[in-house]
Amino acid sequence: MRTDTADVEQPAADPAFQYLSLGRKLKNNAATVVFTAAFLIAVVPLLWVLVTLLQRGLPPLLNADWWNHSFYGLLPSDFGGGIYHALVGTIEQALVCALFSVPLGVTVGIFLIEYGQNSRLAKTATFMVDILSGLPSIVAGLFIYALWITTFGFDRSGFAVSLSLVLLMLPLVVRTTETMLRIVPDELREASYALGVPKWKTILKVVLPTALSGIVTGVMLGLARIMGETAPLLILVGYSRAINFNLFEGPMASLPLTVYTARKTSTEAGEYRMWGAALTLVLLIMLINLLATLISKFFAVKTK
Amino acid sequence: MTDSTKPEQRSEGTGTAGALRGVPEEAPGPENPTPESPSDKSVVRLGDRIFRSVATGSGIFVIATIAAIGIFLLIRAIPSLQANEVSFLFSREWQTGDPSNLRFGILDLAWITVASSLVALILAMPIACGIALFLTQYAPRVLARPFAYLVDLLAAVPSVVYGLWGALVLAPVISPFAVWLNNNLGWIPIFADGNVPAGSGANVFTAGIVLAVMILPIITGVTREVFARTPTAHIEGALALGATKWEVVRTTVWPFGRNGFIGGSMLGLGRALGETVALTIILSYTYTPPNYSIFDAGATFASRIALGSAEFNNNLSVGAYIAAGLVLFIVTFAVNALARWIESSSGKGKE
Repeated sequence: MRTDTADVEQPAADPAFQYLSLGRKLKNNAATVVFTAAFLIAVVPLLWVLVTLLQRGLPPLLNADWWNHSFYGLLPSDFGGGIYHALVGTIEQALVCALFSVPLGVTVGIFLIEYGQNSRLAKTATFMVDILSGLPSIVAGLFIYALWITTFGFDRSGFAVSLSLVLLMLPLVVRTTETMLRIVPDELREASYALGVPKWKTILKVVLPTALSGIVTGVMLGLARIMGETAPLLILVGYSRAINFNLFEGPMASLPLTVYTARKTSTEAGEYRMWGAALTLVLLIMLINLLATLISKFFAVKTK
Repeated sequence: MTDSTKPEQRSEGTGTAGALRGVPEEAPGPENPTPESPSDKSVVRLGDRIFRSVATGSGIFVIATIAAIGIFLLIRAIPSLQANEVSFLFSREWQTGDPSNLRFGILDLAWITVASSLVALILAMPIACGIALFLTQYAPRVLARPFAYLVDLLAAVPSVVYGLWGALVLAPVISPFAVWLNNNLGWIPIFADGNVPAGSGANVFTAGIVLAVMILPIITGVTREVFARTPTAHIEGALALGATKWEVVRTTVWPFGRNGFIGGSMLGLGRALGETVALTIILSYTYTPPNYSIFDAGATFASRIALGSAEFNNNLSVGAYIAAGLVLFIVTFAVNALARWIESSSGKGKE
């Protein structure tokens, strides 16, 4: 019995498997090391930036005045004051921007997925959205300057900033809407049609609610992105150290503009304000990112 | 219409019932060619018509916006270009303060823009490719997503913060290396003395490194997506032939995703060309013409516009900056269009 099994277990021919030559082994291991190293290299600047920000920006943030005061009346060498004026500006400009770009972007997304399909118009629009997403923010600012300020004759204002941010946020909203509408199962649309619901009502009452959480996530990520934009602000609005709630009149501070302006104050207090504002900006962006991630996690589109 | 469809539906129902009773040959089943859906053509509701035109209108609006950007920039640039005393393309001057004597040219701006973007691209491309391969092929499945999120976080840091970090933190650390390069490899033209001392850190070298960090998540994101789409059959085929992991990457993943990688890199290039505030903060502005070395300082198209924002007080001076912005718009338009074209031609027809 035993000898029989031994015979059976013996390979009939030499094993086909060739042991790896040293060269191939070495190359394989070297590749693994190189690719892992590439990832680690990318993490270095991220941690470096964040640690720098925390080290230099945390002291001002721990001051109670930071969150409810402005820099109004401060001398260049004065410590103290707060970021409230810039928070107001950033949030107002971002919200007004969202007010325009979200309805517009969602409608464009609906057009591309539900109506356009493969028409030439839809293809051109997709291409233009791509171009828009690669538009340098300074060019967006210049365009609004040429349109809103030179041609229409309005003054520089926070509202002009919002308009330029619309150009930058629009492609982000369109992209998310497209992605989200695409993963809404067709069965839902068909079921709705079968019940005699017209197409527009199907989109509004069935498709959009299903995709809503994804779109909200995308909108929030887009907001986080445009809040950090500085370039259009430089040409479209003046900096103010006082609190200004009015988007349509007067200079208006915002977090990136505060960072940029404080850098020109070459005093210790200026540096203190600069890093404080920078950390506040990054914290705000991270907070919105985190909220967006949570929303997408808990209210994701239910596909089969 | 509804009257005529109802009986048809009923008869189809009986057909299915027949199939259930066990006569499949006679009833083709539910795959029966269904009658034209009633809401498709004959009945166009008012709501549908409105909704459709609104959606189409918004699509047209996007196209019109891009056209408007080009047209408005052109309209505002032309008077200044006509008033320009020197050649716009080949002059190295930038004097726009006096509207009656405009002297502006983009030669130096173009050099600083291209040099810093190319330094960034050369540094970022191999690293981004490595990261994308690591995330899609090497990283443990559970960790791949958080790792990818970490790389994406690089894109969440605003450019003004990168500017501060580059100018105040990174520059002092890397300037000894810049000095070493300048001393030992100075005989290569691009490492020769620039128009500012190599040790100052406020040069294209530092700017390029910071730009590389900024475009890394863009290139990685696109490349990762393409690499992840490599058909499993290709990978398994290579593995079955006894390929090592590296050989799998070289023979299946890389050929499949190469175009996507190049397209992603072009997108990164477009971003680098238009980056403004980080470079405005890092590069020191100098009136000495550049020496065509990576230790030059000066201004890019975008940072020149940002620096000039203080003198936006008359249409002719502004027009000079708008002309620079128009050039930037055209260049980024071309780069982005090329990127999308390369990207869309990747991986198609091979699956």
